[in-house]
Amino acid sequence: MPGGWLDFEQPLVELEQRIEDLRLLASRENLEADRELKRLAEKADSLRRRIFSDLTPWQRVQLARHPQRPYTLDYIPMLFSDFVELRGDRAFAEDTAIVAGLARFRDRPVAVVGHQKGRNTRENLRRNFGMPQPEGYRKALRVMQLAEKFGNPVITFVDTPGAYPGIGAEERGQAEAIARNVREMTRLRVPIVVVVTGEGGSGGALAIAVGDRVYMLEYAFYSVISPEGCASILWKTREKAPEAAAALRFTAPDLLEMGVVDGLLPEPPGAAHRSPAAAAATIGDALAGALAELEGLDPGELVERRRARYLAMGAYAPEP
Amino acid sequence: MTWFRKKSAQLPMAFRRREVPDGVWMKCAGCGEILYRREVERRLWTCGRCGAHFRISAADYVAILADEGSFTPLFGEVQSVDPLEFSDARGRYADKLLEEQAGDPAREAVVTGRARIESQPLVLAVMDFHFLGGSMGSVVGERIARAGGLARRERIALVILSCSGGARMHEGILSLMQMAKTCAELGRLHEEGVPYISILADPTTGGVSASFAMLGDVILAEPNALIGFAGPRVIRETIREELPPGFQRAEFTQEHGFVDLIVPRGEMRATLGRLLRYFADSEGRRRHRLPAPPAPAPRA
Ligand SMILES: [Zn+2]
Repeated sequence: MPGGWLDFEQPLVELEQRIEDLRLLASRENLEADRELKRLAEKADSLRRRIFSDLTPWQRVQLARHPQRPYTLDYIPMLFSDFVELRGDRAFAEDTAIVAGLARFRDRPVAVVGHQKGRNTRENLRRNFGMPQPEGYRKALRVMQLAEKFGNPVITFVDTPGAYPGIGAEERGQAEAIARNVREMTRLRVPIVVVVTGEGGSGGALAIAVGDRVYMLEYAFYSVISPEGCASILWKTREKAPEAAAALRFTAPDLLEMGVVDGLLPEPPGAAHRSPAAAAATIGDALAGALAELEGLDPGELVERRRARYLAMGAYAPEP
Repeated sequence: MTWFRKKSAQLPMAFRRREVPDGVWMKCAGCGEILYRREVERRLWTCGRCGAHFRISAADYVAILADEGSFTPLFGEVQSVDPLEFSDARGRYADKLLEEQAGDPAREAVVTGRARIESQPLVLAVMDFHFLGGSMGSVVGERIARAGGLARRERIALVILSCSGGARMHEGILSLMQMAKTCAELGRLHEEGVPYISILADPTTGGVSASFAMLGDVILAEPNALIGFAGPRVIRETIREELPPGFQRAEFTQEHGFVDLIVPRGEMRATLGRLLRYFADSEGRRRHRLPAPPAPAPRA
């Protein structure tokens, strides 16, 4: 539902509307309402803190999928200049579920790749709800290898329910496209910085999410399977998705603790959709910090560190 | 195709080791023919009438593929833990692991080790569908990565037989990261010119097909094996259409250009032998072409 608010956001949105109405009324009628406005603003702050300090994993999933959440094409103009979109995999087709191109980030040339969801039904039909087909992944790899050719870093934004499960996608090698991207990203000789901005949906996310630094927005999630998919297999009903969401431990704090991501990027009060510019500013600072650390490294050293990072992932006995 | 639809976890051990029930006679789930069990075993667990390949354990594959007595298991010390303290409607993952291990903590969804096939040395990894659907968690990823590392250091071929529904949900994001781990090692083999043969058995889907299984220098498949990224049920529910006949079967996958050869189980060993000799010969010639190491300096 475009523009819709989540159930747990509703009281906050209503209170903010009351504040706005009162402010308009006061200015129109020239009334003295400062004390009341201040009281309501404090009330809204404490309500926001109460709601957001104690989110369940399932509420985080809803925030990550919020219909107003900023997407790659919202972040690009706020973070980059001179963006030139590059389309098509040069083999079969253009896939609009992934956006890729060349741009400048704080004056350095980079390549940008990201999933793209639509904000309404029409856009979502065009963007396939941010679920790429093989040609999307192949386009992404083409652009990443172009960055490598010119020695420029790659920045990716991850926000997908998953790779598209369709007949054509299977016929054209969805598994091969993902596998190839994952392998090639472990050996790309330029820095890769990944930001999981919304939904990190399994292999469909990983296919553009192998990097030297991986960050997650505070309310993003990143999982081996969707909570609905997990619930339908292990609980035999999709209704148990909230239970699966808790069991899978896929929130940003969980992944930070497990060492799968390097940093949790705090979202503005009320989450990224309440202030996309503030979210973009936080992302921009993280990207700049990561690139400053990575750009000095010799390409061989960079690749060896990236491989070592992924070769060390996992939990087994005896502890490595 | 699932030959026997009962859930393996509910079957007694004797049945679980191999999805072919005990008894003198058995029925082929492919064509319905009543088959003499010893004849099926002699035919490497395939149906003499319709050619159906029954799903077998990793141990059975090792016996079929490797020279007799040549397999030395390695990396069995890498064993599963329960990093998320995961539990679902049926209980704790930790308990499920104990049950699947059946007293042998080294038992997991992959067996790895050294072997010889037609006298050629190799590193062999065979997945076992009977252990949690062959799912890839941290142990599968680590054993495969170590197998790759061993093959790379010794410059002998890596052969992986995949038979898996994909990543293991019970280990969450760590299972997904095994895709990157195995691919990172395969990237090294790729750069260093070490051969990797991938064999796809029924089924090879999800995070296994979308990582090492689809990256072989040569990709072989057993006849009629289900090969794909998304499972057929998920696709059917997403597009709300019936799937075309033969969809995602080995023959379909080959027709679309993602499998080199479909090899019946009885011919797999000879096919591997031919490929391994080719690779060994290539390696021998490569060494011959390398510049000779500098002669030791003459003594003063
Ligand atoms: Zn038969």
